[in-house]
Amino acid sequence: MIVDTLLIRMGGESGIDNAISAGDVLTRSVARSGYHVHTFRTYPAEIKGGPVMFQLRAGVRRVPSLGDKMDVLLAFNEEAWDLHHKALRPDGILIYDPGEHDAPAGFQGTAYGIPLDRMARDLNLRKGKNLVALGALTALVGLDFPMLQATVKDMYGKKRPQFIESNRMALLAGYQWVKDNISEELPLRLAPPDTTHKPELVMSGNRAIVAGALAAGCRYFAGYPITPASDILEEMARRLPEVGGATLQTEDEIAAIASVVGASIAGVKAMTATSGPGFSLMQEMLGLATMAEVPLVVVNSMRAGPSTGMPTKMEQADLNIALYGGHGEAPRITLAARSVEDCFYQAMQAFYLSETFQMPVILLTDQSLSHRTETLPMPNPDLVPVVERLRPAADEAEDYQRYRLTESGISPMGIPGFDATPFTATGLEHDESGAPNYTPDMHTAQLDKRGQKFEIAAEALCGLEPPLGCISYGVPEEDAEVGVLAWGSTAGAVREAVEEMAAEGYPVAALVPAVINPLPSDRILDFARGLKAVIAPEVNRTGQFAAWVKAHTELHLISLNKYGGLPFTPQEIRAKVMEFLVAEPVKPAPESESVEEVAHG
Amino acid sequence: MAKKSGTRSEAAPKAKPKLLPKEYKSHVKPTWCPGCGDFGVLASLYQAMSKLELDPANTVVVSGIGCSSRLPFFVRTYGFQTAHGRVLPVATGVKIANPDLTVIAVGGDGDGFSIGGGHMAHAVRRNPDITYVVMDNEVYGLTKGQTSPTSPLGFQTKSTPYGSSDAPINPMAWALASGVSFAARGFSGEPKHVTDLIVEGIQHPGFAFIQTMSPCPTFYNTFDLWRPRIEQLPEGHDPTDRTQAMAQAFRGDAIPVGVFYRELRPTLESHTRVTDHPLREGARDYDVRALLEIYR
Repeated sequence: MIVDTLLIRMGGESGIDNAISAGDVLTRSVARSGYHVHTFRTYPAEIKGGPVMFQLRAGVRRVPSLGDKMDVLLAFNEEAWDLHHKALRPDGILIYDPGEHDAPAGFQGTAYGIPLDRMARDLNLRKGKNLVALGALTALVGLDFPMLQATVKDMYGKKRPQFIESNRMALLAGYQWVKDNISEELPLRLAPPDTTHKPELVMSGNRAIVAGALAAGCRYFAGYPITPASDILEEMARRLPEVGGATLQTEDEIAAIASVVGASIAGVKAMTATSGPGFSLMQEMLGLATMAEVPLVVVNSMRAGPSTGMPTKMEQADLNIALYGGHGEAPRITLAARSVEDCFYQAMQAFYLSETFQMPVILLTDQSLSHRTETLPMPNPDLVPVVERLRPAADEAEDYQRYRLTESGISPMGIPGFDATPFTATGLEHDESGAPNYTPDMHTAQLDKRGQKFEIAAEALCGLEPPLGCISYGVPEEDAEVGVLAWGSTAGAVREAVEEMAAEGYPVAALVPAVINPLPSDRILDFARGLKAVIAPEVNRTGQFAAWVKAHTELHLISLNKYGGLPFTPQEIRAKVMEFLVAEPVKPAPESESVEEVAHG
Repeated sequence: MAKKSGTRSEAAPKAKPKLLPKEYKSHVKPTWCPGCGDFGVLASLYQAMSKLELDPANTVVVSGIGCSSRLPFFVRTYGFQTAHGRVLPVATGVKIANPDLTVIAVGGDGDGFSIGGGHMAHAVRRNPDITYVVMDNEVYGLTKGQTSPTSPLGFQTKSTPYGSSDAPINPMAWALASGVSFAARGFSGEPKHVTDLIVEGIQHPGFAFIQTMSPCPTFYNTFDLWRPRIEQLPEGHDPTDRTQAMAQAFRGDAIPVGVFYRELRPTLESHTRVTDHPLREGARDYDVRALLEIYR
C-alpha cells in the first residue's frame, strides 16, 4: 500500500538505545528528501535510564499534528512494545530485536525481527544499533537511503570523524539485511515527495522563537535553566554574541526577568523564557514592568502543573496565570503560538507589541511545541513590523515628563545614555514626571493611561490576518454548522481534523486566534454566528480558554478537555465534532465552480 | 536640565560645566524623618557625583524598596526604583545593556540582605561595574520598626516582642566571602569619608560594595551607640589581602570603616559574551535569514 503520511515511533531505554538521536537523524533526512515532518517525543525526567519515545510523522503534504495510530513501531526492547503497541495500527509494522525479546504473540500486523544489536556489535559499534535500525527502516518503508547516509555524515561526521566509516557500515548493514532477508512485497510505502510543495526548513518551536526574537531585534536574554525552555537559553547564549547581544544565566527566574527589565530600561529589546514554576516567580517583575511601563517579552513554555508537576509533559494550564497573574490591575498582552512556524512570527509580534505599547508581552508555548521539530516554509520577517519604543523629541528635554498623560496612553520613553531626559521609573504610583504620587486623581489617571494603551492595542489587534492574527480552517465560516475554537499548539490537531472533515463534506470550520489578550472578541462572535455548537478543545481540566472567551463574548463553548500531559490527536477532535453533526456529509462542490466565491468567509 | 553632551543622541559632544553637588538634587523632596542617617549618605552621593562630574543623562541610580530605596527620586539622574530586593539583578541588566553608563545601586539592609539576599552573592561574583551603596540601619523603617537581618540577636520589636531569635548577618564578611572586588564601610555621620568611599567605589572597575552605617532615629537610634565604636581601619591594613579584610569584618570591639578590600579582576561586561558597546546598537542591519539557512 502506498500512503501519503507515515507515522513511525521508536521506543527504547534512555541512554542505551539512542532512540532520540536516531529520531533526529531520521527527521532531518526525511525532511531533506522533500517530505513534510512533525515530530513528538517523550522522555523521562531522569538523565539516564527510563523509557524514551520519538515519533516522526512524515507526509507528502503539510503535517500539522502528531497524528493518531502509528504505522510503524520500532521497539528497541520489550518495554517499548508493552508501552506503545496499543497505539500501533492492527495491520501496522513492528520492527524488533530478537536478541531482546520474541515476536509478540497475537500481533496481527507484520513483525520483522532484525538482530539490530548483534549487527552493530559485529561492526564494533557498541552504540550503533540505532543506525542499523534506521537503515532497515528506510528499506522497509521506501525512504531515501542515500539521503539518510548523507545526513548521518553531516550530523556526526564533524564531531566524530573516526566513526564515519563504521556509521556508514551500520546503516548499510540494516538496509542490506532487509534486502537480503525479506523477499515478499513490503506492506507499506510512503509516496514520493511532492516536489511542488517542498518544505524549506526543519526546526523546533524553541529554535523558531529564538530566530523570531533575533529578527525583531532582541539583543539581551536572561534565563534560568528549566525544562522545557532551557534550549531557548542555550540557543540565545550561542547566537546573541554573534549579533552583538548578550546572554546571562542568572541565579533564579526572578533575577532573570529583573535583569531583562533593567536591560530594557537601558534601551535594549530584551527577553526571558521559562516554564510554569519560573513563571510563577516572575509575577512581581511583570507587575513592575506594567507599572513602570517597561517593554519586555516573557516566553512561558507550559508543562504540566501545578508545582513541579510533570516537567517533560505538555499542558495548556498556564493561561490563567498569564492573564490574571500578579496583584493589582495589570493587563498584559498574551500571545499563544500555534505551530513551529508561528513561534517565529509570534516572537516577532511579541516584540513589536511590547515596544509599541511599552508593556510586558507574554508568549505562551508548551512542551510539545517547544521540543517538536516540524517542516515549514522559510519565514518572512518582513511580515512583522520591527519597531522601537517612542522616544522623546529633541526639543522635549526641557519639560520632559516620562508618564505624560496622552490620548493614546503612550508617552515617550527616554533611554539613559541616548536621551538627555533623566527620569526615575518606579513601581510606586507616580505623577507624570515619575515622582511618587498617591492622590486619588493621579492613581485614576495613571490606571486609565495604562488601560488606554491596552484598549488601543485591542483595537489594533482584533482585525489581524494570518500569520499574526486568527487563522481559520475547514469550510467557509458561513457554511459551517459546527465550529472549533482552539488556542496554542492544539491548533495542529484541530487543523488536521477539520480540514479532513471539510474535505469529506462535513460542515465544520475552526478558528484559532494567536492573540489571547486582548481577545479578538468581535472576530470570535462573527465566527460563532449561526453555528449550532462551538467546541473549545484545550489541554487542561477546567477550560481556562473557554472561560476567558465566555467572559468576553458570553458565548457558551462546549469544552473538550484532555489533561494527561499529552497533546490532542486529530481523532479526538473529530470524535467530538461528530457528536454535534447530525447531517450527512455533503460532497464538496466540483472544482470547476467559482472557487473565489466559496473561499470568502 | 541635563546637557545633551555625553549622550549618544547628539553627534558632536559639547563641553559642559561641572555640576555642583546641589545641581544633582531633583525636584522631589526626601521623605525621610528629620535626622535620618540617609541624608548624610545622599549628601555624600551628590558630592561624589559632582567630584566625578557624572553626566545625569549617563547615570542610572537603581534601588529596591524601603526608606533608603527612595533615594533615586531625590537625584536628578536617570533612576529606577524597582521591586523589593531586586535592585542588584535590575542594575546588572542596565549595566550589561550599556557598559558606558555609570550604574549606582542603593538600598537598605532588609532590601539587600533579607528579601534580596539571594541575589547578593551572585551579583558580587559576576563583578559587574556597579557601585552598591547599602544604608544599613539594622531595622525596618518604612514598615515601622520590625527586626532586620542585621539587627542584633534578641532585638525586641513589635514583630519580635520576646526578642529576635536570629543572629545578625555580617554583610561585609558575606561580600568578601562571595568574592567581592571592592569592599568598604563608612558611617553616615562622617559624610566626607563616605564621599571618598563612593568616589573610589565608582572609579573601581568592578562591583563595589559600600556598607554605610546609617542610623534610624525613629525606630533604632544608634547614633550614640555607634559613634564611639566607629574607627578607621588600623594603619597598615592591606586592602589587597582578603584574609586581613575578613578579620576586620569580624571585629567585635569596634566598627572599623575604610576600604577593606580591593582587587582588579575582569568585569561581567568585559567578558567575551558581552560587547563593549551598548547592546541596542547590535540590532542594526541584521537579517535573520542567514540564521534560518542552517535549518535547511
